[in-house]
This record gives sequence, structure tokens and C-alpha cells, in this order.
Amino acid sequence: MPSKSKKPGSAGRPEPRGAAAAGGAARLRVRKTYKLFIGGAFPRSESGRSYVVNDSRGEFLANASWASRKDVRDAVVAARRAFGGWSGKTPYNRGQILYRIAEMLEGRGRQFVEELRDGGLSREAAEAEVDAAVDRWVWYAGWADKIAQVAGAVNPVAGPFLNVSTPEPTGVVGMLAPRESPLLGLVSVLAPAIVTGNTAVVVADSPLVAVTFAEVLATSDLPAGVVNILTGPREELAPWLAGHMDVNAVDLAGASEELANACETAAAGNLKRVLRPAATDWSADPGTERMTALLETKTVWHPIGV
Amino acid sequence: MMSEMFEYAPAPESRSAVRIEDSYGLFVDGEFVSAKRTFPTIDPATEEVLAEVAEAGAEEVDLAVAAARTAFERVWGPMSGRERAKYLYRIARIIQERSRELAVLESIDNGKPIRETRDFDLPQAAAHFFYHAGWADKLEYAGYGTTPIGVAGQIIPWNFPLLMLAWKIAPALACGNTVVLKPAETTPLTALAFADICRQAELPPGVVNIVTGGPQTGRLLVEHPGVDKIAFTGSTEVGRAIARAVVGTGKRLGLELGGKGANIVFDDAPLDQAVEGIVDSIFFNQGQVCCAGSRLLVQESVAEELLARLKERTATLRLGDPLDKNTDVGAINSAAQLARISELTASGEAEGAERWSPECALPERGFWFAPTILTGVALSHRVAREEIFGPVLSVLTFRTPAEAVEKANNTPYGLSAGVWTEKGSRILSMAQKLRAGVVWANTFNRFDPASPFGGYKESGFGREGGRQGLEAYLAQ
Amino acid sequence: MADALSVTSVNELRGILHGLPGVDQVGVEARAARLGTRSVKNESKARAVDLAISMVDLTSLEGADTPGKVRALCAKAVHTAPGAPTVGAVCVYPDLVKVAVDALRGSGVGVASVATAFPAGRAPLAVKLEDTRQAVADGASEIDMVIDRGAFLTGDYAKVYDEITAVKEACGAAHLKVILETGELATYDNVRRASWLAMLAGADFIKTSTGKIQPAATAPVVLLMLQAVRDFRERHGRTVGVKPAGGIRTTKDAIRMLVLVNEVAGPDWLDPRLFRIGASSLLNDLLMQREKFATGVYSGPDYFTLD
Repeated sequence: MPSKSKKPGSAGRPEPRGAAAAGGAARLRVRKTYKLFIGGAFPRSESGRSYVVNDSRGEFLANASWASRKDVRDAVVAARRAFGGWSGKTPYNRGQILYRIAEMLEGRGRQFVEELRDGGLSREAAEAEVDAAVDRWVWYAGWADKIAQVAGAVNPVAGPFLNVSTPEPTGVVGMLAPRESPLLGLVSVLAPAIVTGNTAVVVADSPLVAVTFAEVLATSDLPAGVVNILTGPREELAPWLAGHMDVNAVDLAGASEELANACETAAAGNLKRVLRPAATDWSADPGTERMTALLETKTVWHPIGV
Repeated sequence: MMSEMFEYAPAPESRSAVRIEDSYGLFVDGEFVSAKRTFPTIDPATEEVLAEVAEAGAEEVDLAVAAARTAFERVWGPMSGRERAKYLYRIARIIQERSRELAVLESIDNGKPIRETRDFDLPQAAAHFFYHAGWADKLEYAGYGTTPIGVAGQIIPWNFPLLMLAWKIAPALACGNTVVLKPAETTPLTALAFADICRQAELPPGVVNIVTGGPQTGRLLVEHPGVDKIAFTGSTEVGRAIARAVVGTGKRLGLELGGKGANIVFDDAPLDQAVEGIVDSIFFNQGQVCCAGSRLLVQESVAEELLARLKERTATLRLGDPLDKNTDVGAINSAAQLARISELTASGEAEGAERWSPECALPERGFWFAPTILTGVALSHRVAREEIFGPVLSVLTFRTPAEAVEKANNTPYGLSAGVWTEKGSRILSMAQKLRAGVVWANTFNRFDPASPFGGYKESGFGREGGRQGLEAYLAQ
Repeated sequence: MADALSVTSVNELRGILHGLPGVDQVGVEARAARLGTRSVKNESKARAVDLAISMVDLTSLEGADTPGKVRALCAKAVHTAPGAPTVGAVCVYPDLVKVAVDALRGSGVGVASVATAFPAGRAPLAVKLEDTRQAVADGASEIDMVIDRGAFLTGDYAKVYDEITAVKEACGAAHLKVILETGELATYDNVRRASWLAMLAGADFIKTSTGKIQPAATAPVVLLMLQAVRDFRERHGRTVGVKPAGGIRTTKDAIRMLVLVNEVAGPDWLDPRLFRIGASSLLNDLLMQREKFATGVYSGPDYFTLD
């Protein structure tokens, strides 16, 4: 979403990006190394590869990690390991942690505004996106202890049985973050997945925003491995994720039609639940569909007798 | 197996309750139409040919889909939910009125005991239509919108032919879709009888179309561009192929596939009821049930006692003529299925399991397999991992609740599980940890139209029954 | 017959009874209902009817019973129908035992007497024992005692146990049937525990009901008691009989009972020495069915004596 109102140079930045200003008075800025986020840690790609990320004017911003299929594998292992603990937490606790994510995101708002502007958004658009992303976490945080009441039921069966349907998380979800909305889109696919207890491996679209967002997650009491973020070309990584036999679902929000088809075919290998890409207004009210799509209904029967 | 003093005389249900035609056409647009090719359907208890049935080819599938499309656009889609409901209620009533005929027909075509068709399949099939009839005019309260998807292509298995038809057609029609349904190759007759029920109910032509045939007919239906939604119940292998076939078509998909259900018995279980539950879990419908409790996990401290009781009880099962009202175990549905059961069971023995069956004479003609219990099974054995889909129970033991959960979940499937214990908190804890779509605690193989049914993992996705089951037939 | 198994303490008794597997109500009722769908036809049914006749404890337990009524009952017990077996026993109140013994002398039909302050059982132990001794002295070959349900429900299993052993001793050579009065025990778990308690204390038979309380001999209760005698034999080697009583009025009811016996306890119990049916009006229905087999047409009550 290129912005029309983009001015040269990001206003509000403490100092110009790149080399220190001439004159020697200005301080050399300490840059951040953008790495992957796997199992709560920030490793480089095991492949040692990286790729250049430029801003919307084509100027160098950073070398991002170019994740490999082995990073996908490691991320899935981390997500699987985290699944039992995360899905086993009380919904109240998950809700608190999601709310904590909102708090942390709010506190880093300025940083995200800058990174979004580097990606070409106007200040207003960037601020709106950050605000919406914070609000989205707050919104989903509240769902943690309510979705089961909306999606579950005690079913009136014709016999002396208690019959209860409860939604349970599907498991490990592989995701391709939406391309058109670097932060809000990422948040809008992640939050509905993890609020119910799923864990996620997401291939990010905008690497810098995504990795900075990982820093938010890392400081939000979110257990290690619940969200794992990979950066790199999705065409290379997505098929490994979609084909992985220990992944239970894929959200292909950020896939082209061609890639989505390839991933859906690969996903059939272990009958993953597939969310196909669809035109989505990420700023609109999301409804419950993204949550329920990643839930399984479990129905438990027990006789009623004395 | 029975005492001579009290041998039950044969008590056969009369075949005259049903008239089977020599040949059947396809049911398209409210009419029976012939096809270029036919195939025989046989009585698996006698191997006698019952009728020649039309095999739908590309042309016939085209016609059926076109009829469904027209009916969807002109009649069924625009019709008010209230009117659709009344048609479904009518169908439910007619199923009840004709239940004896349908039960006999099902037993003849499928091989399952009349006791089960009479007391389970038929009442459940009628109940499914009643339940979903009531939803037709209340969809706005269900939370999935009120817009139907369009034409549903539905492919059902042979284990509960009419009931699976009801599971598929009732929600589809309630939500305003029209259907092209393909019954299983070996059990087409009750679906064709259902076609006649649609006519008696004066259901508008094209709302329900029945295309009989084999895998090729199924493929044609899945791949047909005029179909908006595929609903399939059957093997995981075919489910995978269908999932690949719909890629890029935008078709909605619901899959209800295989299982390898764990039935877990703790040492404090109500043992006699657990024994009954185990018998129900694996010998009901000759074990040809996707949610069968085909893996018995029994706590070591009670294993010996439980197995002794289970064998004693299994020895009282009466195998034979499906139409005899006292038959507990009927015929296996087909020669192919019998071969698969035999092969897998033999592999269990070869891999080191101990095989036990009660003394029981098998009829000379037809497809029969005695109830079988394999003990000493390890998770690594094929019989603990692959779906046998027959009356064969694999028995494993465990020592602690954690081990039971671990073993139960150690499978790519996730359809059903059972837990037997008198301890309430343990039931709830187990129910929470088992990764399966349905958990029966102190009971097994219970079904109800109000109860959502469907699997985790490779047992498929989507639910059938209950409010949740409507999602599969609404466009949100 | 073996006597009571030695149980050394109240706690041990409680431990045994509460250590029995629980009973799931829905499961046991479903199993009983399914066995109720067995279809017994033709020659099987004919055999079952005669077997059932031989198992009937032909009963009259009314306040209005008289010697005349009991003599008529005894006549019926012996002369059921031409070619038909005699019933298992005649069951009367203690004060009418002598009448019944006289009427049945030489017939091979036994006399059972209810005792122990039947049906409530609310009397001092000494009275109950005297009641029993008198009936035995008068010639009763079988004693149907009632347990103290109050003691059972308060958990005083030792009291129930001791009473049964004492009555058993008072019975001498007479067989002891212990009536659990399952309709007052409220739960299936209690039915199972009471069955074991009676067997541990030396019962030769366990019997469902007095016939004065509803529900009486329901199929699930009988099924549980049949499981109990089956399991008791397996554990202790002694075979105990079962007697459902109350509410069994038709041939269909009786045949359902026999199906339960056959498929739950096993064919060993298809024997009047191990299975009895306490009933009064059942006998005529069995005889009418028998007649139907003989003649091919349905019979009517006018052709059977009312006694």
C-alpha cells in the first residue's frame, strides 16, 4: 500500500539513517540485527543466509535473515513443544497475555510507525495501522474466555446423556502473513490463532516490522514457541510449511493464487485445515471466523444416572 | 456358543417387507433414468445378486448436476426456510412409516443385523431429518449466515448407507442447497428407495439427485465444475485425493474419514458396562465403523480380569443371518473388505499378537469374519496403527493415565476415544487431553443429530450434526 | 451348601462391598433392554415355557390367605396342566406352612415360607429367628427372609450380615433365600453390594423383592444379580441361585428372564434349583401359551383355573 503523502526522510527520527552526519558531533546510531524468532529466541538462519531490505525509496535498511527449510522445521518443533502448555493455560491467563501484548505494542508504537513509514506508509496511515493493531490485540484478548461459550454448547440429545461440545485449538498453524498490511495484517492472522491455544509459525511479509513485533511478543509473557516468525521468500518457505506433517492447519492469507494452490495441495498430505487467501479489509471488524476456522469441536458424552 | 437347552430358534424378519426391483436407474431431476452401463449389487450374506444398478458416467453426472443447479436457482434456493422445513418433516415421517421396509432392505444390501438397522440406523435417519427440518427456518440464529452454498456433491460410504445419506442430505437441504449424492457402490439400494421417498414427499425435482456408481462416478462428481461443495465420508486415502482434487476450484470441502479410536479402561471402571462398551465399540456393525474403538487400552492391573470377561461376553455374540432378529454380528459388506480384514488380522498375528475368536461356525456362502481379539499388541504393530474396519480389537495395556493419553494420541487419526472410570475428575482430565472429535466416557458409539460429529487431524475436518454441522452448508 | 465366608471385621466387609466395581445405570439398562429384544420362537419357546413353569414359586402372600386358599394353590402347583411340569415350590406365610406341607405331601413340590417379619422385616432378631425356626419345624424346605434395608442403607453392613448368618443357622437344612427388596435400595450399586453381602453371609438364593414394593424384579436388577452370582462363583466357588419376584406376569416377561439367565449368568443357572420366579398370575399365562403350542389357537382364561 504505497503512500501518496510520503515525504523524503522519515520525520521524527532522532537522526538520519545510515552513516553519522558529517561534523562528528552526531552520534553513530546503533543498528539492530534483524533475526528470526524461534522458540522464544532470536537466532540467525541456520543457513547463514541473509537478504537486503530496502526502504520504499530503495535505500538500505537492514540485512534480514533468509530462513531455510531447516528453520521451518525448527520453528515447527518449537511450536509443537509450546502447544501443550499454551493450550493448557486457562483462557483467562491467555487473555491476560494477549492484553499484555497490546500493552507492549502500545509502548513501542513510535518504532512501528517509523518502520511502517520506511515501508512507504504515510504518518497518518502508519499511526492508524499501529493503533488498529493494538486495539485488535485488546479485542482478541477478551475473546479468550468467551469463544467457548459462543462456539460450544450442551447438546440436547435424545437419551440419558450429558453431551457437551467444546471448541479446542487445532494445533500448530502455519501462516503466510498478509502482504498488504505489514503489522495489522500480521496481527490479524496471529491473534485469532493463538488466542484459543494454537501455536503458530508465520512467514512474515515485511521482515523488519515482523521482527520488531517479535520483540514485543518476547516481552509479553508469551511462552517461548507460541509464535515463531520467519523471514525470507515465502515461495521458498511456504511449501515446506504446508507439507510439514506436524502442522495441523495453514492460513494462506499472504499467498498468491499459484502459491496457495501449491500449498493447499501439499497440505492435503496430512489433511490440514486450509484457510484460503481472500480479499480482506484488515481494518474491518474481523468477526469470529478466523478463530473458529482454527478450532476443532470436541464432543464429550457421559451417561446420566445414579 | 449357546446352550443346547436354550438354543434360540431362527427368528428371521420377513423379506416380503420389501420388494427389490431387477434393475434400478439413476434418480435425476425427479425421474429414474437409465445409464449406459450397469453393475450388480449383491447380498453379502449370500452372494446373491439383488439387482442391476445404473452406473452414472460423465453425461449422467452432468445431467444430475444441471438438475441440481436449476432446482437450486429456481426452486429450493429461493424457497422460504419454513417451506423447506415442511418438506424435511415430510421426509422424516415417510422414513418412519417405511422403516420396516427400509431396515430389511438395508440389512439385505449391507449385511448388517436387522436388530441394528431396526433399532439404530432407521430411527437415527428419521431423527436426522426431524432435527434439521427444524433448523431450516431458524438459520439466522445459528451464527453461520443464511446463504446456501449451492450444489453439493456428496459421497457416502457403505457402512451406514441410509443413515449417512441422512447425515448428508438433511443439513444440505435445510440450509437451502441442492444435492447430487453418490451412494457406495456396494450399498445403493436404500438410497434408491430414498429417491422414491422424495417422490412421495413431492420434493421438487432436482433438489435431490442420486447417482449410483463406483469410484469413477465419484471422481466425476468431485471434479465437476458445477458443484460448489464436496462432502465426503470414507477412507482417509480417498479423502486426501479429494482434498487435492478441489485445489484451486474454490469448492468447499468437508471430510469425515478414518479412525483408530482408543477405548481406555481404568482399573476402577464399571467393568461389566465397560465390557458392554467394548463389545459395542468394536463389534457394532461388524466393526465397520469409522469411530470404532479399535484399540483397547486397558490398565495393566485390571487387564486379565477384563479380558476374561470380554472373551466370555464375546462368546455369547450370535453371528449369522442378518435378517435373524437375534443376530448380533452380520456379514462383512464385501469380498474386498473381508480380504482387507483378513490380511490385516493375519499381519497382527505375524507381528506377534495373540489372536482369539470364540468358537463360531461361519456360514459357507457370503462374507463372514468372526469377532476377533488380538492381545499383546504393541503400538508399532500395523493392527495398532491402520484402520482395520472390521470386528477386530487390538488390545494394548498401560500403567498410568499419562501413558494412556500418550498412547491414545499416538496416531495420525483423531476421530473418537472412550474412557471408562468411576472417577469424575479423571474423566474430565482425560476428555480434555484426548485429541479426538468425540469422546465417550463410560459409554461408546452413541450418536444423536444434535451432537456434532467429526475428526481431528487425518480423521477429516468439519462437523456433522448439531449447530456446528450447519456451517458446512452455509456460505457465511 | 457352604455357609458364610468368614469376614473378620466390619471394615473388611465394607472394604469388600465398596471395592466391587461400580454400576453405570445407563449402561446396565441399555444392556437389559437389548437382551429384551431377543426373539424366542417355536420349539425354543415351547421348551422355555415348560422350563419357566418348573421354576415358578407359586405364591400367595395376602393378609386374606386361608387354609382353603393355600390348599387350592397347592393343587394348582401339582396339577398345572396335562403333561406340564409341576412348579418349583409353593410360597406362603409361616402360619400356613403346615397346610401347604400336608397338601403337597408326596408331590415333590417344595414349600417355601417367607419369614423374618416379612415383608418389612421390622422386628427384633429373636422374633425373626423364632419365625424362621417355626416355619422350618412345620416343614418348610425353603425360607425367604428379608434383609434389614434400614441397616443396609445406614451402612451397617455388619448388622445385615449377622442377621443373615443367624437366620441361616436357624434354617438348618432348609434353603435360605435372601430378599434384598431392591426397590428400596435405590441404586444399582446397592443392588450389587447387597447381593454380595447376602452371598458372603451364606445365602443359597438371592431374591429381588417381596412383591409388596415397586419397582420389583426389573430386568436390570435381575441382570445385576445374575452377574453377582456368576462372579461370586468365580471368586468363591459356591453357586448361588437367583429369584426374581414381583411384576412377572406374562410368558414374555418370563422368557425375558430366561434370556437374561442364559446370556448373563450362563446356562448352568437354567435350572429350577438355581433360578426361580416368584409369581402368582404368571402360571396361567404360561399354561395358556403352552396350550397355544398344542392346539395352534390362542386360548382364553375360561379354560384355566383361577387358583
